[in-house]
Order: sequence, then structure tokens, then C-alpha cells
Amino acid sequence: MSLNDILDSLFPAGHAVAVDNKVITGEATTAQGTVAVLGTTDAAAIDHAMALALSAFILDTVEQHPGRPLVYLVDTSGQALSRSQELLCLNGSLAHLAQCVDLARRQGHASLSLVTANAVSGGFLSFGLMADRAYALADTQVRVMDLRAMSRVTKIAHERLLELGAGSPIFAPGAESYVCMGAIEAIWPVPSAGLLEEALAAGQVAPVGDLRQLCGAERGGRQLAAGITKTVQNAACGA
Amino acid sequence: MIASLAARHSWFEATARARLAGLLDPGSFSEILPPAESTPSPHLALLDLPGAFDDGVVVCYGQLEKKPIFAIAQEGQFMGGAVGEIHGAKIVGMLRRAIEEKPAAVLFLIDSGGVRLHEANAGLIAISEIMRAVLDARAAGVPVLALVGGSCGAFGGMGIVAKLCSAIIISEEGRLALSGPEVIETVAGVEEFDSKDRALVWRVTGGKHRYLMGDCAMLVEDDIAAFRHGATEFLAGWSEPAPSLAHLRAGQQALENRLAAYASYRDGLQVWAALGIAQPESVPLLDRDSLVALKEGLPT
Repeated sequence: MSLNDILDSLFPAGHAVAVDNKVITGEATTAQGTVAVLGTTDAAAIDHAMALALSAFILDTVEQHPGRPLVYLVDTSGQALSRSQELLCLNGSLAHLAQCVDLARRQGHASLSLVTANAVSGGFLSFGLMADRAYALADTQVRVMDLRAMSRVTKIAHERLLELGAGSPIFAPGAESYVCMGAIEAIWPVPSAGLLEEALAAGQVAPVGDLRQLCGAERGGRQLAAGITKTVQNAACGA
Repeated sequence: MIASLAARHSWFEATARARLAGLLDPGSFSEILPPAESTPSPHLALLDLPGAFDDGVVVCYGQLEKKPIFAIAQEGQFMGGAVGEIHGAKIVGMLRRAIEEKPAAVLFLIDSGGVRLHEANAGLIAISEIMRAVLDARAAGVPVLALVGGSCGAFGGMGIVAKLCSAIIISEEGRLALSGPEVIETVAGVEEFDSKDRALVWRVTGGKHRYLMGDCAMLVEDDIAAFRHGATEFLAGWSEPAPSLAHLRAGQQALENRLAAYASYRDGLQVWAALGIAQPESVPLLDRDSLVALKEGLPT
């Protein structure tokens, strides 16, 4: 599905969005008012320039449109893989972007992200997973690494990973796993203005803190994390 | 000189527990959820892999020069310090506890390749939760100081986490980046990044380069006592700023300027020359004190 089809479906009341170097920036009209629309398209491998274009747009929005909700569209194959990118500390630019998403939240901007095609590792961490709530379209690729590469790195046979992945959201790639694990709210069968309006309305009530562990425990995908974090928070200490 | 070398305890070679023992005031270490009260990762057991009772990370109370601090220390010798479900949840718990109890600082001894692939989704989400928790602790006024000098460096999502901390103290042996050189070589070819070329890897990701570029606040010797002194000195002069638009605007400008100036470079030697270092080829040979003096004399 093309970006324009997705935008038309999500924002039938109108959108003005530019795409430059796979980076989306602009705004759209919704029943909740104008929202900022930003993100990446065409399986962008996020590099310094893309991260800084996104962070600049977030800072402009915080400065010029206080409180305007942010809708992040996520289509990233991960981080750019190159020596020149690493030389200039790519993790630093991705951290800067994550910090800008976080600042917007602290300044009262509701945010949601929608995975439109791919959401992979560092690219997903830097903005999609930093939003208040994340959603995904059906049939999207959400993962750390594909299973063949994972098999090469972990030296566990591909067939064995497939077999284990079948029963385990802990490492099976796919948006469904991330729903079970509490990191994605819901999967949308198609891009839909109605679902977006519902999500924006839900977003008016800012979540109290990061609830993904609790959500993952309730949904049964992540059975340990919430309890361990709570134990560490509450443990009596000898000191 | 010989005496001081003999007394040095390498951070790089030490275990997480040995680092903590030398970093904190003697006798102040108090572990939360110690191995005896914990269980190894069931996800590793499912793959017939050996687990660790602490799941590769130690979280504790302690003191640094008599001030109460929290510490989080990843064990690079277990699964490359990688973040799985339990490992990540312990870190998140300690950071959230810091928001309640407001220690003088959280010392984050990072030694990790990032996500533990055997628990890939749990690891990725945990790193996202750590990112949020680091920023929440800082917003609550608690400095989070990253110490990087272990054998696994700070890579992948943990490279991002390191850059979300208040500052990074790194040793010459420390490495900080996003993708590992092996991953880049596998995907983009040996011409792009030869991961066997140790000197090149170091000129692109190593502690001296990150310090010269300003990505790390302090460069210290590969010595546990040097990290202790560095952390003490840094915290004495630091008060955690509230998150602000002005602060991130300044960061944005610095990153844009740097990208505009150096985007075409592929080797630390080129960047160092552009920074105004007359003999960039000498940088790898300089000891820590000479390098710090060199950086302090550079035009700003």
C-alpha cells in the first residue's frame, strides 16, 4: 500500500505531508483537530540526516504548536549500516531523536505511532517505541532481526528457531508478538480514520508512566518482567 | 610509574562484581535481588543454554565518597552482557526505584552488545523501557552516569541508552557505537568495514575517538580506581538539568553542524585532522593524560 493511500485512509478530512529522503513531515486534519504527522517510509534505514530531520520537526512542533498531538508513521528497516555513520556516533543521533519524542510527551503532546510496513530494532527504538502508544497495520514486519540472520548469530538452527518461535512471543517476529508482549496496543486490519480517531481520543488521557510491562503480563506474553521490576523496586535493602 | 602500573586493576578484564567492589566505598555494596533470590532465564533454558542466577546484571545500593548511590553493572562475560527479559526488568526496576528514593546518582556500568537475540522481542522492548526509565530518572533530578570500558563496549540499543545518560565516562579500551563492525561487514561487505582491522575499529568506535568528538565527557585509564575518581569528580561538578526545549535545540544544532562538517569522512584520522589535531596519526600512541591535554588545547 502506498504512503498516499495510507494517508488518504487515515486522514480523509485532509493532509499536507511532504516526503524528503524517506522522511515524512507535515500535518493532517482530524476530528480532534490538527495533528502533526511525521515518520519514515520505504523501509528507511535511519541515518543521522533522517534522525535529525525528525527531531527538528518535533522541536518545531513543540515550539510552534503547543499540545498538538503527534502521529508517527513507522516504516524502518533499522539503522543505516555504514562506517561513516558509526564514525559520527549514530547511536547519539538516535538517542537525540528519542529524547525529543520524550520531551514532547513531557510538554503535553499526546503521541501515537503506527507501523505501516517494517519496524526493526534501532529504527523502531528511536521513535516508534518512544510514543505513548504504538499500533501496527496487519501483515507488517516487526522484529529485531530476521530469523535466518538470528540463526547465524546465535548458531541455533533456523528450523529450531522456527519451531520455538511458533509458541513464543518472546522471540517470534511479528506484530502479534509485540501485542502479546505489551509493546503494541492493537493491530489494525487496514488503515482507518475511525480507528485513528479512537486512538487519538484514547490518547487524550495521558498514560501514567510506562505501562508496557503490566500490559505484557496481562496479555500473557511477558510473564516475568513486571514482577521482577516490582520486586527490585520494593525489595528491602540491608543498608 | 612501575609501581602504579602494578597496582592498576583493569576495568576491561574485571567481572561486573569486581568492578563494583573497586568502584564503591569499601563495604557499601548491598545487592538487590542477589543470585540466591533469583532464577535464571527460562527462555535460555528452553534453548538448552546455560543461564546465570543474576541473568548477567548486578543491581545494588552503595556509596561513593559516602554519598548514597545506586549502581547497575552488566556482566559482559555472560551472553555478551545482552539484555533479556529478566536482565532488562532488573535495570528498569532500579531506575524506577531511583525516582522514588533519589540517590545522589545512578552509576550504569554498561558492558553489552544490546538485545539478547535468544529473547529478541523481550530484549528490544526492555531496552525501550530502559530508555524511558533513564529519562524519567533524569527528569526527577537523579543523574544517570554511564561507565563504559568493558570487553563488550556499549552497542546496539545499549549504545542508544548510553547516549541518553547524563554523561559517559569511557576508557581508551571502551567502545561505543550502534551496529557492531561484524554486522556492518556481514551486510555491507569487508570494503565498507573490515571488522578484523582492530586499529580501524578503534579509530571509528573507540574511547579516544568518542572523547575527542565530545560524545563522552571524560576519558579515564583502564583502571577501576580511575573510573571511581572520574565518577566522583564528574558528579561533584554536575547538577542534573530539567529537560528543556532550549537544551535539545542546542544539541540539535551541534549534531547538525557536525554532520555538515564531517559527513563524508570514514576514518577517525580524517575527523581528528579536521578538529585541528596537527598529527592525527599520533593519537593512537598517546597516553591518556597527553590525549586529554591535546583535546583541551583544541580550538572550540
